[in-house]
Amino acid sequence: MREDFREILRLTPAGARVLDVGCGEGDLLDLLTRERGVDGQGLEISADGVSACLARGLAVVQGDADRDLDSFPTRAFDMAILSKTLQQMRDPRHVVSELLRIADRAVVSFPNFGHWRVRWALLARGRMPETRALPNPWWSTPNIHLCTLHDFLALTDDLGLRIESCAALSGGRPARPIDPRSMLENWRAEAALFVLRRG
Amino acid sequence: MKALLSAHDGIESGGGVWRFSADQPLRLDSGAALSPLEVAYRTYGRLNADRSNAVLVMHALTGDQYLASTHPVTGKPGWWTRMVGRGLPLDPDRFFIICANVLGGCMGTTGPGSSDPATGAPWGLSFPVITIADMVRAQAMLVEALGIETLFAVVGASMGGMQALQWAADYPERIFSAVCIAGAARHSAQNIAFHEVGRAAIMADPDWRGGAYEAAGVRPEKGLAVARMAAHITYLSEAALQRKFGRELQRDGLSWGFETDFQVESYLRHQGASFVDRFDANSYLYITRALDYFDLAAAYDGQLAGAFARARDVRFCVLSFSSDWLYSTAESRHVVRALNAAGCRASFVEIETDKGHDAIFLDEPALDSALRGFLASAAEKRGLS
Repeated sequence: MREDFREILRLTPAGARVLDVGCGEGDLLDLLTRERGVDGQGLEISADGVSACLARGLAVVQGDADRDLDSFPTRAFDMAILSKTLQQMRDPRHVVSELLRIADRAVVSFPNFGHWRVRWALLARGRMPETRALPNPWWSTPNIHLCTLHDFLALTDDLGLRIESCAALSGGRPARPIDPRSMLENWRAEAALFVLRRG
Repeated sequence: MKALLSAHDGIESGGGVWRFSADQPLRLDSGAALSPLEVAYRTYGRLNADRSNAVLVMHALTGDQYLASTHPVTGKPGWWTRMVGRGLPLDPDRFFIICANVLGGCMGTTGPGSSDPATGAPWGLSFPVITIADMVRAQAMLVEALGIETLFAVVGASMGGMQALQWAADYPERIFSAVCIAGAARHSAQNIAFHEVGRAAIMADPDWRGGAYEAAGVRPEKGLAVARMAAHITYLSEAALQRKFGRELQRDGLSWGFETDFQVESYLRHQGASFVDRFDANSYLYITRALDYFDLAAAYDGQLAGAFARARDVRFCVLSFSSDWLYSTAESRHVVRALNAAGCRASFVEIETDKGHDAIFLDEPALDSALRGFLASAAEKRGLS
């Protein structure tokens, strides 16, 4: 099981109403449905992804998080999940604030652009980083809004959100609880998973 | 061919015409009451002991109750044999499937061709104007008469999809799930415009006789055929027409006249000519009118989400086709956004195809798998084995 999935599973209360934004083929929703009996709803941009979800019996709407989150009513869900998709949004600030309008709690994970390998690629080689967390060359990457741990902190402060917890995700290792304000962690964490609430 | 036969052999389990008594009139949106009401229908599969496995399938504008049985007029297989049959998404070994001829239709359900009890003559244009909600009300009467309290699913495409949405608005407690394929929550100006072309063609036919053609022993076949030809173009995409026909000619060289030079002309004429054998001109007028009047949000101050406010427990599946310009993906998205806003549990996917609106009836594996997945999970939630 993917370590970010394991962490999200741990954070999900049984029977919760969950919205998975960018749910892909529904692996996470399926897991949460089986293990936690959640009342799940997915939003996915690709038709193939949605079709795969439907075939698994998941309730998923084909749509674009940048545009379609505003059709969901306020506080319709207990938890909204945005797993490794934030950096692909056209308007990440709007998406994060929408997640916390729609849900009481948001789980947001993203690759940390402050990770030492990323910094090293730029500093030593003068090239855009291609790392385990960011495997694509610059001209084909879907990641258009990359940020560091501390950039994201600034955004949550700006939006007046409260950080309930934060974990570092590195490779296949188990999620490690961290203080996201630590300078060291902004170097160490390959990716981070935040649990947010309205302030 | 063998597999096809075994999928449909002996699946029809009943049907006929349900005759409601004179003290059970159908109350219409126009304020009129229709009595006695007759509803022609077919069933496939068996109702289980809990009466929990019934599925109502609702046909499109010119469809009928011959969902998966040979059509008595054309001799052709049912209109959705590729979806209804053993091992198919709507499996009669699992579900009790009902399909009824729509109110205003011409295959046995009360319509403008039926006899007006007051005169004994066909209603013609004295038949009251009907709506999509009236059609659904008649279906609900049939379902109740068949002893079914809650339908496992209402499944419809095109006009049938609009009926599925109307069911969710009017009878949410009587359905467990609803499927709307290539439908819409309202008729657009373009939809109405195309229908008006069809109606104008029928009314321009001298044999229409103000709707009283039956008494005169004639039928406005030319007008009805032209109506069908115009409508048929809206069922196909430009890409599909181009792929099928291009500029191919019927024979070598042009006629330098007005014979059917192009294959696409011949195809449309054939569509028109074969349609008049199985369809009634006045039914076409009444049903297209009902579609034009359809605007599900109208009764909810223009807020479509209001129509679904009582349907939070219904599981919805909305499907559209990328090349459908009659009821486009934008219309389906509009429905899905309203379902989201109402807090309903909804699935939606736009199926990539160049076949246009007609993809409903054609080989489109993505449609099958979407419907199969949705129904299977809903059946599991409903406790159907």
